[in-house]
Amino acid sequence: MDSNKRIHLIVDMAKLMIAILVSCGLVTAIVLGTSSEPMNAFFSFFIGPFTSFRRIGNIVEAASPLMFTALAVILIFGAGQFSMIAEGAFFIGTLGAMMVATSVPLPTGIHSAVALLVAAAMGATVALIPALLKMKWQVSEVVTSLMLNYIVQFFSIYMVSYYFREVSSSSLASIAFLDTSLLPVIIGGTRIHAGIILAVILCLLIYFLLFRTTFGMKLRIVGNNPKFANYSGIKVTGIMVASQVIAGALAGMGGGAELLGMYTRFKWTSSPGYGWTGIAVALLARNNPLLVPLAALFMGYLNVGANIMARNSDVSSEVVKIIQGVMILMIAAEALLKKWKQRMIVEAAKAETGMKGDVVND
Amino acid sequence: MEEKKEVLRMENIVKVYSNGVMANKGINFSVLAGEIHALSGENGAGKSTLMKIIFGEEQPTSGDIYVNGEKTIISSPQLAISLGIGMVHQHFMLVPSLTVAENVILGVEPRKGLLINRKKAHRQVEEMADKFNMQVSPRARIEDLTVGQKQKVEILKALFRGAKILILDEPTAVLTPQETTELFEELKRLKSNGYTIIFISHKLNEVKELCDRISIIRQGRSMGLYDMKDVTEQDISNLMVGRDVILNIEKKPPEIGDPTIRVKDLNISGENGKTFVNNVSFLLREGEILGIAGVEGNGQSELAESLTGLRKYNSGSIEMCGKEISGCNIKDIRALSVSHIPEDRMTTGVAPALSITENTLSDKISQEKFSKLGIIDKGKIKQYGLEMAKDYQVLCKNPDVRIDSLSGGNIQKAVLARELSSDPKVIIANQPTRGVDVGATEFIRKRLIKMRDNKKSVLLISSDLNEVLGLSDSIIVMHDGQIVAYFPDAGKISELELGKYMLGIEKQSESEIKEACHGQ
Ligand SMILES: Nc1ncnc2c1ncn2[C@@H]1O[C@H](COP(=O)(O)OP(=O)(O)OP(=O)(O)O)[C@@H](O)[C@H]1O
Ligand SMILES: [Mg+2]
Repeated sequence: MDSNKRIHLIVDMAKLMIAILVSCGLVTAIVLGTSSEPMNAFFSFFIGPFTSFRRIGNIVEAASPLMFTALAVILIFGAGQFSMIAEGAFFIGTLGAMMVATSVPLPTGIHSAVALLVAAAMGATVALIPALLKMKWQVSEVVTSLMLNYIVQFFSIYMVSYYFREVSSSSLASIAFLDTSLLPVIIGGTRIHAGIILAVILCLLIYFLLFRTTFGMKLRIVGNNPKFANYSGIKVTGIMVASQVIAGALAGMGGGAELLGMYTRFKWTSSPGYGWTGIAVALLARNNPLLVPLAALFMGYLNVGANIMARNSDVSSEVVKIIQGVMILMIAAEALLKKWKQRMIVEAAKAETGMKGDVVND
Repeated sequence: MEEKKEVLRMENIVKVYSNGVMANKGINFSVLAGEIHALSGENGAGKSTLMKIIFGEEQPTSGDIYVNGEKTIISSPQLAISLGIGMVHQHFMLVPSLTVAENVILGVEPRKGLLINRKKAHRQVEEMADKFNMQVSPRARIEDLTVGQKQKVEILKALFRGAKILILDEPTAVLTPQETTELFEELKRLKSNGYTIIFISHKLNEVKELCDRISIIRQGRSMGLYDMKDVTEQDISNLMVGRDVILNIEKKPPEIGDPTIRVKDLNISGENGKTFVNNVSFLLREGEILGIAGVEGNGQSELAESLTGLRKYNSGSIEMCGKEISGCNIKDIRALSVSHIPEDRMTTGVAPALSITENTLSDKISQEKFSKLGIIDKGKIKQYGLEMAKDYQVLCKNPDVRIDSLSGGNIQKAVLARELSSDPKVIIANQPTRGVDVGATEFIRKRLIKMRDNKKSVLLISSDLNEVLGLSDSIIVMHDGQIVAYFPDAGKISELELGKYMLGIEKQSESEIKEACHGQ
C-alpha cells in the first residue's frame, strides 16, 4: 500500500472514531438534559445491547435489513440516479414474501427460496417504474420514487387487510405463514436467521459486481459522466435502468428475508423505513459494499441501544434519529481533520522528493 | 523608461496536493505592473497550480505571496478578485444552462431592489463585449456556444469583475489564428492601459510574439526569468524540456488506398432549426490525413459528432468503412474501428472521478483481452494502464489515481492513449494536441503520421493552422457549414491563403470543391 492510501485510510478511520465519540457525547448531553435517572439511561444505551446474548443477537438482527437496502442505495446512487425506491421495494418485497409464505405450499427450503425470489421480483418491478418513466419522458426519478413509495405502502397494507387478514385478530395481522417458508435461525438463543448470511454474501457479490465486472465498471462510468459513457459506446440508459432493477431486487429480497426471518405473520401498519436508514448506512460505509456489514451493525447497535433505553428509562428512542443525523454530517464533512491529513501527506511527499525542513504553514 | 513596480511576487512556493503530488517545489515568481508575463513549462510542470495559488483557489503548503509589495495570504478567489486578480481557467468554469450575460455577472449582478436588473446586465455585457471586440450574444446559452466563444465569455467574466492582473491559463489553446490575433491586440491594448497579464501557452511563437518577459518552470522548479528579447523559441523549449524539440514534421508522400469515409450530401441541423452542416460531400481514403480547417463553430464539430454517431444527421449519407451508419449506434460505429478524439476533453473525453486506467479502458473493457464472461481480468487491466501511461508519457504518480488529478495536457494524453491504442482504421481527431506541450505534441504528430503510413485514415480537425498544414495530405476548408475549398495537396497552400477561405472571403468553384469526392 503506498503512503497516500495509508494516510487516507488512517484519516477515514479517525473520522469514524470521532463521529462515534461525538455521537456518544451527544447522547450524554441529551440524557443529562432530559432524564431524571441519567445513569440508568446511559447504561441502557451504551452497555445495554451487550448485556445478554439475546441482545447481541438483536444487533445483528437489526443490521440485516439495513444491509440489503444499503446495497440497493449504493447501486442506484453509483449509477448517478437518485431514486429513493429502496424504501418501497423493501416493503413490496415483504408483501410478495407474505403471499407466497401464506398461500403457496412448498417443501421446506424451496418455499423460502421461492418466497425470496418473488419478493426480489416485486422489488425489481417497483424499482423499474421510476427508471422507465425517466427513460421515456425524462420525469425526475426522485419525485416518482418518493410518490411510489407511498403507493406501495398503502397498496401492501390494503392487500394484507383485505385478502390475507387473520380475522380472529383484533389488530392488523396476516394469516400465519406456513412453517415451511420460515428462514431458519442459525444461532440458538437469538433470532439471528439465515437472512444475515444472505446479506453478507450479497455484500461480497455486489462488491464483485461493481469492481470486478464489466457491468460494474460501466455503471461507475455512467454514474460519473454519462456523456462520456455514451461517447465510449456504453448503453447509458440500459445501465441506469439495470442498476435500479438490481437494486430493487436487492431491497425486495431484503424485505422478504426480514419478514420470513423475524416474523410469523405480517403485522406492519406502516413501512418500517429501512430504505431511509439504508441511505445512512451506505453513506457510513462510504459506498463500499465491503464496509456495509460494519456500518449496518453499528446502526443496529444504536437502534437496539435506543430501544433498551426507551424501555428502561425515561428517554425516548427518537434520540437515535438525532445521533444518526449528526454522524452523517460528521462523516460527510470533508473539512474534518483536513489539516491533519494534509500535514501527513506533505511529510510523506517531502520524504519522497527528498526535501528537508519544516515548511508547513497553513 | 521608468522603473516598473512589482505587482506580484511569490517566494519559495511549495504545493503538495492531497494525493501526495508535489506540484510546486519552491518556485519564485515575480510580475511587474503593466507587463505581459509568460509562464512556460511542460505538461504537469505546475503552471496551473501556481496560478490557482495566486487566485486563492489552492493554498500553498508553504511560501509567501506579496501583492503590491505587501505580504498577503490569498485565502479565497473572492479575496483575489477584491485584490484585482482575475483568472481564466484552462478548463471552463461556466454554468452551461445559464446565458452568457448571467454567467458574466454571476455573483456581481447589477440590481434593482432585490431583483437582478436583467436589462442593465445585458447592456453592460454587450458594451463590454463591444469594447473588447468579442462577439458573443449576451442572451445565448453557454451550452450552445463553441469552445472558442466560451473562452471569450471567460475573459469577459474576469474583466467584468474589475481584474487588473489577468491570469490567462492557455487561452489560445482553443482559439483560431484569427481569434488569437484579435485576442493579442486586445491584450496589448489592455497592457497599454496599465493592466498586467500573466499568459500561459504551449505555443511558443505566440509567447515570443506577445510577452515581455518569461518565467520557465520544470518539474515544479524555477528554471529562470528571462527578457523575451534574450531568448529564442529553441532556448525556451530547451529550458522547458531539457532537450531539442523538432517542431517541423517530416513525412513521406502518402500512399493512398481505398475510401474509408464517404460522405454524400450531408445535412445536419440543430433542434432549433439552425443549420450546422450544409450539403457536404467528401471522401477520406486509407493512408491519408485529411485536414478540416475552419474557424471554430463552422460545422466541423457537428460533422465529427455525426461521423461518430453522437449526433443524428438530417439527410444525406455517411459510409464508414463500407457501411452506411444511419442505423448504427455509437458502439456499432466504434466496432467498425473508428476512434474519436473529442473536442472538449472534460465534458466528453473522461470520467473525472475514475482512474487513468479505467478511463483508457472505457471503450474496450468488454473485449476478450480484458474480460471474460463479463468478469474483468485485473492483472491485464493494471498492466494495460501502466503501458498506456508509459507509452503516451502521461505524467502521474501511478495509473490508479483519479484522472482529474492530472494536469490538462496529461489528461489529453490519456484520451489519446485510449483512442489511438485500439488499433483504429479511422481516426477522427478533433484538436488532438490541444493543451499539449511541445515535446508531447511532436510525439503525437509523429504517432498520427505513423498510423497514416500504416494505411490508416485520419480526419484531422484543428484550428491550429500550423498543425493542419503540417500534418494533412489534403485539406478541406469549412465555412458556415459548407465546404468552401478543397486542396488536394496541402503542401501547396500558404497559411494566408487558407485564412481567406476560412473567413469566407473567398470560395472555390463548384467543380474544384467537387474534387473532394474524387469523382465518386
Ligand atoms: N487537484 C489535483 N489533485 C492532485 N494532483 C494534482 C491536482 N491538480 C494538479 N495535480 C498535479 O500537479 C502537477 C502539476 O499540475 P498542473 O496542473 O499545475 O500542471 P500544468 O503545468 O498546468 O500542466 P498543463 O500544461 O498540462 O496544464 C501534476 O503532476 C498534476 O498531476
Ligand atoms: Mg495547466
